[in-house]
Amino acid sequence: MIDPLFLAEAAVNGLLLGGILALLALGLNLIFGVIDIVWIAYVDLVMICMYAVYFVVQVYGWPIWVGGLASVGLGALLGLGVHLLIITPILASAPVNQLLATGGLLFFLQSFATFLWTTDHRSVRLTLPRLELFDMPISVARLIAFALSILVMLGLYLFLTRTYIGTAIRAVSQDREAMALMGANPQRVYLVTSAVGGAIAGVAAALLIIQYAVHPFFGAAFGPLTFMICVLGGLGNMVGAFVASFIMSEVIAISGVIWSTEMGYVIAFVVFIVMIFVRPGGILARRG
Amino acid sequence: MLELTNVTAGYGQFTALWDVSLRVEAGEAVAVVGPNGAGKTTLMRVISGLIAPKAGELRFEGRPIGGHPAYEIVGRGIAHVPEGRRIFPALTVADNLRMGAFLPAARRKFAESLTRVYALFPVLEERHKQRAGSLSGGEQQMLAVGRALMSGPRLILLDEPSMGLAPVMVLRLFDLIRRVRQEGYTILVVEQNVRQVLKLVDRAYLLEVGRIKMEGRADALADQDFVRKAYVGL
Repeated sequence: MIDPLFLAEAAVNGLLLGGILALLALGLNLIFGVIDIVWIAYVDLVMICMYAVYFVVQVYGWPIWVGGLASVGLGALLGLGVHLLIITPILASAPVNQLLATGGLLFFLQSFATFLWTTDHRSVRLTLPRLELFDMPISVARLIAFALSILVMLGLYLFLTRTYIGTAIRAVSQDREAMALMGANPQRVYLVTSAVGGAIAGVAAALLIIQYAVHPFFGAAFGPLTFMICVLGGLGNMVGAFVASFIMSEVIAISGVIWSTEMGYVIAFVVFIVMIFVRPGGILARRG
Repeated sequence: MLELTNVTAGYGQFTALWDVSLRVEAGEAVAVVGPNGAGKTTLMRVISGLIAPKAGELRFEGRPIGGHPAYEIVGRGIAHVPEGRRIFPALTVADNLRMGAFLPAARRKFAESLTRVYALFPVLEERHKQRAGSLSGGEQQMLAVGRALMSGPRLILLDEPSMGLAPVMVLRLFDLIRRVRQEGYTILVVEQNVRQVLKLVDRAYLLEVGRIKMEGRADALADQDFVRKAYVGL
């Protein structure tokens, strides 16, 4: 029998992990919803931004918030770059080409990072106070990451619902052609969306590097998980992805303490496959 | 105001519109009628810039518009109410109208345009907080027209406004279009509901398999024997 305290601790850790997964899924979903393209290399952009934070903070000695801002800026630039250099030339071609192109970017970024920075694991060490809640140790870094993820998601929600350009982004994701008839240049809306999606990757990078070491294959751990969450929530469905993030993170965390971390991922994949059979349109899809 | 000269257009290898010439004068209401697949929607799409012409010339207020992108043509003063309404279903009625005034010039006149649209379609004001997808078909069509008016156009292209509406609603909608016309907008309308539309417009063109078969005053066209038999159903 497992100590209930361990289970509770795992549940808290799962919740904290879910926040950052939701942020990643939201960024990917935003881009998919508007441009109709899945950036396979999304979490590899996060990896590049994590290196940026590492260099700014650990190597050049700037405070962590500077590293975070640099990461957000770099993420936005990377997002623009991906759209202009990779997506724009093949926007009108078959979806499989777009998948292959962003998949190619994934391998490029991994090799690029290995070439420049080797496969060493690098981490940013912050001195944070320890926190205990009912005898459970709680990582302050994770707590901060969770809180900021929720805040950024709330900000994104307000941006999409309360601002003019945010509403235009939602309108484009509902009917691209109708929005062109209103006078919106689709290319501009795509650029704004790509920059916002990239900036979210930058935020996620800053929140991940205070918990995990970065290495060139960092995307291999979080990338597939992010796609699974997006599909589980129904591609393009923001609320669905949010719920799916916490389901997956709890499955991983709790089965992680019952069996092992590896087993946690195995069970998460099994849950994913079963759910896809049961609810192919995503957990929140209406039955039709 | 609008002048098409020998316009040919289509999708990829497929040509839907052959050598079409047509003109609409300022203040006029003109209909293009014809059976399914005659190329009516293609005609609207080539005017509003959703597709580029393969040949021929399009001019609006004397300036060429052929091949210009849709987001630019709306700024010139042409608003296209597309087939199937194409409102943003998950946005509120008010947000749909806000999106209609996307261009900076339109946004400056936002309040004025909104008053005008709400005066024409009071139901849109009553439902301004509702999701557009929850409106009835007729209300959605009003929203689509209202949204188009928000861009401050001089010419309005209406593609099959009566499609999918109940007969009573069709009559109401044509009444509303009549009122839009009285506001001083120029209208080019494509319709399958030939009998009703010929009562609404000054002139009409008959389009068949991508070519203009006939043109003339609406009342004269309605009296043509074969038009009556084929389309009017009298």
